[in-house]
Amino acid sequence: MILECDLTTTQAVGSDVGAASGKTEHNKNILEIHNLSLSFGGVTALRDVSFRVPEQGITTVIGPNGAGKTSMFNCISGFYQPQQGSIHYQGKPLTGVKPPARAALGLARTFQNIALFRGMTVLDNIKLGAHVHMKSGLLASLAYFGPARREEMAVRREVERHIIDFLEIDHIRRQPVASLPYGLQKRVELARALAMRPKVLMLDEPVAGMNREEKEDMARFILDIREEWDVTILMVEHDMAMVMDISDHIAVLNFGQVIAEGLPADVQNNAEVIEAYLGTRDMDSLRHKLNPESEVA
Amino acid sequence: MDWLFFGEISLAGLAMGGLYGLIGLGFVIIYKATRVINFAIGEIMMFAAYLFLAFAGGMEMSPWVALPLAVLGGSVLGGVIEKVMIRPMLGESSISVVMVTIGLASILVGLVELGWGADPQLLPEFLPRKPVFLGELYLAPKIAYGFLIGATLLLVYLLYFRFSRGGVALRATASDQAAAYSMGINVRRVFNLAWVFGSLAASLAGVLVAATGGLSPQFGAVGLSVLVVVIVGGLDSILGALIAGLFIGWLETVAGAYLGGQYRMPATFAVLAVILVLRPYGLFGTHEIERV
Amino acid sequence: MRIGDAKQSYEADEAIWTSSTQKFWFAVFLLVLAVFPFVADAYLLYIGCLVGIAVISTTGLNILTGFTGLISLGQAGFMGVGGYTVAWFSLHTALPFPLTLLLAGLLTAAVGILVGLPSLRVKGLYLAIATLAASVFLHFIFAEWQAVTGGMGGLSLPPAHLFGLTFQSDFEMYFIIVPLAVVMVLAAKNVFRTRTGRAFIAIRDRDISAEILGINLLRYKLMSFALSSFYAGVAGGLFAYFYRVVTPESFPLSLSIFYLAAVIVGGMGNLLGGILGAAFMTLIPEMLNLLTATLTPFYPNAPVFMSPMLGIIFGALIVGFLIFEPNGLGEIWQRVRRFFRLWPFRN
Repeated sequence: MILECDLTTTQAVGSDVGAASGKTEHNKNILEIHNLSLSFGGVTALRDVSFRVPEQGITTVIGPNGAGKTSMFNCISGFYQPQQGSIHYQGKPLTGVKPPARAALGLARTFQNIALFRGMTVLDNIKLGAHVHMKSGLLASLAYFGPARREEMAVRREVERHIIDFLEIDHIRRQPVASLPYGLQKRVELARALAMRPKVLMLDEPVAGMNREEKEDMARFILDIREEWDVTILMVEHDMAMVMDISDHIAVLNFGQVIAEGLPADVQNNAEVIEAYLGTRDMDSLRHKLNPESEVA
Repeated sequence: MDWLFFGEISLAGLAMGGLYGLIGLGFVIIYKATRVINFAIGEIMMFAAYLFLAFAGGMEMSPWVALPLAVLGGSVLGGVIEKVMIRPMLGESSISVVMVTIGLASILVGLVELGWGADPQLLPEFLPRKPVFLGELYLAPKIAYGFLIGATLLLVYLLYFRFSRGGVALRATASDQAAAYSMGINVRRVFNLAWVFGSLAASLAGVLVAATGGLSPQFGAVGLSVLVVVIVGGLDSILGALIAGLFIGWLETVAGAYLGGQYRMPATFAVLAVILVLRPYGLFGTHEIERV
Repeated sequence: MRIGDAKQSYEADEAIWTSSTQKFWFAVFLLVLAVFPFVADAYLLYIGCLVGIAVISTTGLNILTGFTGLISLGQAGFMGVGGYTVAWFSLHTALPFPLTLLLAGLLTAAVGILVGLPSLRVKGLYLAIATLAASVFLHFIFAEWQAVTGGMGGLSLPPAHLFGLTFQSDFEMYFIIVPLAVVMVLAAKNVFRTRTGRAFIAIRDRDISAEILGINLLRYKLMSFALSSFYAGVAGGLFAYFYRVVTPESFPLSLSIFYLAAVIVGGMGNLLGGILGAAFMTLIPEMLNLLTATLTPFYPNAPVFMSPMLGIIFGALIVGFLIFEPNGLGEIWQRVRRFFRLWPFRN
C-alpha cells in the first residue's frame, strides 16, 4: 500500500547535496539522503529531507522531539518506505532493498527503546548480531558438530576478543538481558550492533536516560569505536553537551525538515536552529544550552 | 436450478447469519475494549443455552422467564471470567491471553458435560410455530423468530453504544486507553463491562441457535464459525461483524444444502484463508501502523 | 554441590552439558531408559511409548510456538499428515520404517511450509487462526479423500519393519520410539545453540528489530514451521505404527489443544520443560483412569465423569500455569536444581 517512488534518475549522485548545504568537506559521503518524504495517513513525519553522512567520523542528527529523527533511521533501515526521495549508500540507491539485506550491506543500528531479545543471554544477543555473516543452514544446525560448531566458535572468538572485552561486559555475558540495569542494556545493544561488523553504525539516542557516569562511558566507547573500528557513526541524540563534544558533522531536523547542516560550531550559531530549540532568538540562553563547556567540567 | 429452493436456503442462511452477526458483535465488543481474542465465545453461548435448558426444562419455568435468566447467567459468567482469568493476564502477551481463553473453553465443555451429560438435548419449544412466508419463500419459524429477537437486541446495542454514557466510555477506551483513563473513565470497569455485554450478546444468540439446532457439549464449535466471521469482517469492526455474519451464515447454509454438511466448515474456512492472505485485518478492520 | 567449573575452551563452554556432574546424570538417564523396557510391565511400557511420541510432538510444537512465538492450532492436523503418510506407504510399498517416517516428516514439513506461508502477512493471533483453518481443511481431506485415506473408516496398517525384523508389541515399538525421541530432542537442542535457533527466538521476542538486524523473517518463520511440522509428522507416523490404525478421529482439534497445553505446562521456549510437560500431560489421563478404577466399586457412575473431568483438568492446567507459573514445569525444575546447587551449605 505504500508506494516507493524512486527519484534517483533525476538526480546526480553525491554532488548536489554537498553543494546545496554550502559546506565543503573532502571526505566521500557514505550515506546520502535525497529529498526524503514520509507520511502516515495525513501525518507528515519527514518532508523533503536531504543530508549526507560523510565517510568515517561521527555525524549526529539533532532536533526537538517529534522532529522525525527516528523515522529517518527507520527509513535508512528499510523498515519505513518513504513516499518520495531516495537513500544512497556507498553511491548506490537502497530503494527496494529489504531490511535484512541492508543489515548485510553493513547498516547496523541500536534502538531508541532498547530492543534486546529478552529471552536470550547477553552473549546470544551479541552473537545474533553476527547473523548475516554466518552461513549454517537448518541441517547443519540440527547436527551441530561439524560446520555449524566451527562457525559458532569462530564467531564466539571474534565476539569475545573484539567486542566483549572492548565494551567491558565480560562479567555479564551469561546473564539474561532482562535482568540487567538500563545502562548495561544500552551497552549490550551497542555490542550487538558491533557484531554486525557495520560500515555505518546508527545509534538512536545512545545516552538517553543515563546518569552522567554512564554517559561518559558511552561517549568514550563511541569515540573508541571511531578510532579503532573502520566505521562511520550516525547518531541521533538529545544530549547537547555530548553531541557538540564528539560530533564531526551535525544535521538539524525540525518538523520533518532539515534546517541546518554542518560543523558543530556552525550549527551552534545558526539562528534557525536557535529558534527551533527555544522559540526565541535569545542567543545567550541558547549558547548556554548548546555550549558543551558549560555542561561538562 | 430451482430458484425457489435457493431462495429459501438463502433466506434461512441469512437468518442464521444474523445470529452470527450478533455473536460477532459480542466478540468485537470484547476485542475492541480489551484487545482479547476470545476463543471461548462459543462455549459461553453453550453455557447460557444449558442454563436455559435447566431453567425452562428442568425447573419448568416459562421460557420467557428462563430466557432472560439464562442470558443474565451468561453475562455474569462473562464478568466473572474477566475478573478471575483475564485481569491477572493484563500486560502478558496476547498469545498467552488467547491460550487462557482456550483453556477456559475446555473447562466449560467439561463442566456442562458433568452437569448435563454428553448426549445431544433438545430445548423446550418457546418460539411460535406458525410457518413464516416472505412472498413465496418459506422460512422455518424458529429461525425467523430467532432472527427477529436477535436483530432487536442488535439494534438496542447499537443505539446504546451510540448514545449512552457506558457506550461512550467503551468507545473511548477502545480508541485510546490512556487518554480514556486520564479523562476519568474507569478503564478496569469498562473492561469488565465489555465482557459482560459481549457475553450477553453471545448468550442470547446461544439460546436462539440452540433452539433451532439442538444442544450438546460440542455446541461450542459454533465459535469457530464466529471466529471466521470476525476475521473476515475485521476484529475491531462492528459493521464488519454484521455484514460478515450475514455472508458467512448464508455461505455455510448454501454450501451445506448443495454440497453436503461436511462442506460447511471448509467453505467458510476457504473464505477465511483468502481473506487472511489478501486482507489480513479484515474487510472493515483497521490496519495498525507498526513501530520499532 | 558444584563449584569451579571453569572452562578451557569455547567449545567446552558451549556444550550442552557443561559439567561432569551433568554428563553423569545424563548417562544415568540414558541407562534408565535402556533398562526400563526389560523391567517395566506391559502397562508402563505402553505409557512409556505414549510419552515418547508426545515428547517428539511437543518438542516440535515448542520450536514453533515456544521458541518462534508462532501459535499453532494445527498440530493434530500435522500429526495426521504424518500418520496417513506412514499408513499409506506401509500399505502400498515395502519401505522400512526409517524411510516411511522420514517421508512422513518431509511431507508434513511441506504441508507446514504451505500453512506458514500467510505468516509473512499475518501475525500472532491471525496466524493461529490460519493454522486453525489448516486443521479444518486437513480434517476434511482425511475424512473425504476416500481413495487415499479410506474415509471415515481410516486405514489399518501392517507393523513397522526393518531388515526383516518387525516391530509389533509395545516392547518392540519402545526401541523405535524412545531412541528417536532422544535423538530428536538433542537435535532440537542443537538448533538453539546456533544462529538458526537464535533467529527463531529473536523473531519471537521482537520480530521487527530482528528484521532490521538482518534476519529474513519469512525464511525463518517458514523454517520454524517446516521443522516443527517435521517433528509432528514423525510423531504422527509413530502414532500410526503404534496403534496400527489411523482415522480422522485419531487427530481431533482437541489433540492440538492437548499439545498446546503440554507446551504451556512444560514451559514455552524450554525444551526440557516441554519434555516434562509432555510426560505430565500424558500421565494425567492415566492417573484419572486409575482414580476412576479405584472409585468405581464405591461409586459405579465414576467412569461417566472421566472424560469431562479430563477436559476440566486440561483447561484448568492451561489457565492455572499461565496465570501462576507462566514459565511452566521447566522453571520449577530449575528452582529445584538451584536449591540443590549449593546444598547443604546454603539453601
